[in-house]
Amino acid sequence: MTNTQQTLESPLAPKQTRLEELWELFRQNRLAILGLIIFLFFLITAIIGVILTSGQDPVFDPAMIRLQEKLLPPLTRPNIETLQPAEIPTLGIYLLGTDDLGRDVFSRMLQGAWVSLTVGFVAVGISVLVGIFMGGIAGYFGQGHLRYDQIIISCVLITGGILLALGTTYTGVGLLVAGHIYIFFSIFSKKILARRTLPKWFNLLHRGAISIDTIIMRAVDIMLCFPTFFLILTVVALLPASMYNIMIVIGLTSWMGTTRFVRAEFLSLREQDFVTAAKALGVGHFRIIFRHMMPNAIAPVLVSSTIGIAMAILTEAGLSFLGFGVPPPHATWGNILSDGKRFIFDAPWLTFIPGIAILIVVLCFNLFGEGLRDALNPKLREKG
Amino acid sequence: MFSFIGRSIVQKIITLFFVSVVSFLIIHLAPGEPSQVDPMNPKFTPEMVERFQKEFHLDKPLYVQYLYFYRDLFTGKIVSWKDSQSVLTKIWERFLNSLPLFIVGTILTWTLSFPVGIRSAIFRGGIYDRSATFVSYLLISIPGFFFAYILIILVVTTLHVPVIGMETFGLGASSWGTTLMDRIWHLLIPSVLGATGGIAVLSRYVRSQMLEVEGQDYVRTAKAKGLPPEQVHYKHALRNALLPFVTMFGLILPGLIGGSVIIESIFSWPGMGRMAYEAILARDYPVILTVNFVAAVLVLVGTFISDLLYLVVDPRIRL
Amino acid sequence: MTDSKNLLSVQDLKVYFRAKDQVARAVDGVSFDIRPGETVCLVGESGCGKTVSALTILRLIPSPPGEIMGGRVLFNGVDLLDLDETDMQKIRGNHIAMVFQEPLTSLNPVFTIGDQIGEGITIHEQVEPEELRKRCVQLLRDVGIPSPEQRLKDYPHQLSGGQRQRVMIAMALACNPDLIIADEPTTALDVTVQAQILNLIKSIQQKASMSVLYITHDLGVVANIADRVNVMYAGVIVEMGDAYQIFQNPRHPYTKGLLAALPGRSRRGRRLHSIPGAVPNPAFKPPGCPFHPRCSFAIETCKTRFPEMCKHGDGHLSRCPVLKD
Repeated sequence: MTNTQQTLESPLAPKQTRLEELWELFRQNRLAILGLIIFLFFLITAIIGVILTSGQDPVFDPAMIRLQEKLLPPLTRPNIETLQPAEIPTLGIYLLGTDDLGRDVFSRMLQGAWVSLTVGFVAVGISVLVGIFMGGIAGYFGQGHLRYDQIIISCVLITGGILLALGTTYTGVGLLVAGHIYIFFSIFSKKILARRTLPKWFNLLHRGAISIDTIIMRAVDIMLCFPTFFLILTVVALLPASMYNIMIVIGLTSWMGTTRFVRAEFLSLREQDFVTAAKALGVGHFRIIFRHMMPNAIAPVLVSSTIGIAMAILTEAGLSFLGFGVPPPHATWGNILSDGKRFIFDAPWLTFIPGIAILIVVLCFNLFGEGLRDALNPKLREKG
Repeated sequence: MFSFIGRSIVQKIITLFFVSVVSFLIIHLAPGEPSQVDPMNPKFTPEMVERFQKEFHLDKPLYVQYLYFYRDLFTGKIVSWKDSQSVLTKIWERFLNSLPLFIVGTILTWTLSFPVGIRSAIFRGGIYDRSATFVSYLLISIPGFFFAYILIILVVTTLHVPVIGMETFGLGASSWGTTLMDRIWHLLIPSVLGATGGIAVLSRYVRSQMLEVEGQDYVRTAKAKGLPPEQVHYKHALRNALLPFVTMFGLILPGLIGGSVIIESIFSWPGMGRMAYEAILARDYPVILTVNFVAAVLVLVGTFISDLLYLVVDPRIRL
Repeated sequence: MTDSKNLLSVQDLKVYFRAKDQVARAVDGVSFDIRPGETVCLVGESGCGKTVSALTILRLIPSPPGEIMGGRVLFNGVDLLDLDETDMQKIRGNHIAMVFQEPLTSLNPVFTIGDQIGEGITIHEQVEPEELRKRCVQLLRDVGIPSPEQRLKDYPHQLSGGQRQRVMIAMALACNPDLIIADEPTTALDVTVQAQILNLIKSIQQKASMSVLYITHDLGVVANIADRVNVMYAGVIVEMGDAYQIFQNPRHPYTKGLLAALPGRSRRGRRLHSIPGAVPNPAFKPPGCPFHPRCSFAIETCKTRFPEMCKHGDGHLSRCPVLKD
């Protein structure tokens, strides 16, 4: 009887939450699981690595130079007699060999893992945040128009700021002050001007000039015109060498895809009934965006960001390889490889160990991302 | 139709203007002056710096510099700061060097990725598909410079052919055939390298596009008509799956500059990418800006061509 | 029920879909016959296995996940399930043609309709280009498309929904098949256009004296067009008979329920009848009679025993032991 009752009331398959269902689908993709496992392993390695290789007296010292022990192949035992006690590698063996300065490659790889990880995550974090922000505005508020006076004032403010930064103090301050006065004026202008008839030019200033959507999408077009790697290279070369600059530059040159996607998604979500319903209930813009629309748009963005992390790690390695990466005493996989390329025939492990490490980590992000994408794609889901 | 073309051209010119402004600002607002390239050099006296600044209008306000720069660019008078040669001539020479690399790479990419992708889609889930998938992931994930070294080691140790540079140094007097083979070897390895990433990405894209189309109702209709599988796949499905690639065809133009920096540096190939790299190292602003400008023009021309191609290919779009 | 009399005879057809570790028994032992020149309707709610049965006849089930688990599909005495792919291609379009539900997506957007109609003919017959053109024009004229010569060069998106479905029908007619399977051909169309298309199919069927297997969930259409009716529920046929028997003397509770749910003149102003519950998931069918959880006549045996077909009259069968008499 209970059985019958059940079939009558719940004729559909046993309910799963969305996440469980996703995991179920994801689990079937063996390559993606492999990617996830490698990723977790890499994450742990990087975290342990940064703990063990930093500080005054690190457990694994990546900067310890032993000129008498240079270019030793992996798994070589150190020659104890010639070394100071402090110079003996922690494990008692050069697990991955030594480089041309006798530094322990294993310690350097540990230190470099953290760089790859943070560059990947921070750069993609920046690009996703910028992308969602720009795309969200374009998609949700895109139909709004900027007025002529707003454009003029923001131009005035920006020029003022730039002039100030360049040292032309008086003009800069003057422009900034003028801009802010106008902003104050326009905030209270409704009260002041309420009873007067306004001149024609003033109305013209208040007419909409260009939609926000157009501005943002043209900005995307402009950014897409730059050859990305070349642009990153230029900026990184001009700026002082630092890891944070690299992250920021990679992040700021790769937000365009996310923006386009989020905008398209928001444009279609905006027309959906549940958004109309939320509006009808008097829900505010902010809550509609973050509570109702974002959850529907975010999953594919996160998927593409895992692949973005892979791309960022590759870009950082490429920059390090060209000599524009994280500045020297700090090891990254890219500059280990770059240093090692001179000894490619004598000490191939200096090329192969970082190369294979980068390959595996990038591969795991790619496999993981593709697995997630397949699991999220309803079309592929139907066909099993 | 014509209004579409006109509008699109105007739009692209406006975009180009902003690109020129933005790239100019990026270069000039970055800390560091080109005149400070080598402040330790005793030959760089203050007088020389001043003369240098005068010559390249560096003492003028930024917008005047901008106007001077683009006036020079459009009249073709722009010169490199490093060696005072005309930038346009330099770029043209390097462009001619990059061209064979680009052409061979593009041909490899487009001729290999389509058969691979289509076969993967038709035999979805089979051994072929799975191994193609895995290999393409591998190729997407491998850092280009690392792969380059693997290839160099392989070729140099097994075949004993030198591959660095455009030709082997001191081979000038050899026979015609040897020279030709030498050039081909020197061309082939960097082209293959340049193409691998493209092949991997494009074949994955072809595969997913084919899969998408194979699930469409009209493919079922074609089967229901009694068409043999080849016609179903290669006529009905493929024709639809190809549509988005027409767009991509216009986008290969920018690849002329962008992707070649690392490969050209490794192989000492005197092409555009290497020139750009050297210009960045030397803070040779006119060259950097001009390369950037040319790249932007190529992107815009590419998108324009692909828009036009789409008009021609997709019967549903009529203006 | 001898094979010689039937054009098509489906016997105990079983088609299962495998997804993950579940097996969805979409078609679970379906048998019906189609005689030359008659129109047979397959009626049922969406998801009951009508379309899968139809696609299986032409062996168009995507596999995997679909799998034909058993049964026979005899066409002129030949089992279609035994044919190899090349022989099957000679049947498709040539002897059995199909009209699909969505005319918009079922036509290839990048080929002209002339190409798409002519394609089937060139595959199955040797035709000169000029002759081919004439036949295409004639086909378009037959299905009632105005100025067919110009339309040949049109693309599907340039036609209206009704015209597209006419083109689909023209494609199906191209090789004078013996049987046309129409899978809800009017569902995606406007009501007024629906009637036109229905009449078109009826008139073609009478003129060319071909058989039609008409799949629908719309009992109004069934009443209009059917010679004989098969009512399907959850992958099995629960009642079959000629149109008169089914409409005047339904013997299965499900058929009764469907008929009661029709809005009618006599019951104007009253609440429409509805069958409680929903169609069971094909992967989790209840044991016994699949309809018993929703059936008001159900008795204890219904929960355990799968009912056999009971005969009620000449060719009128139903799968309900309770309403036997």
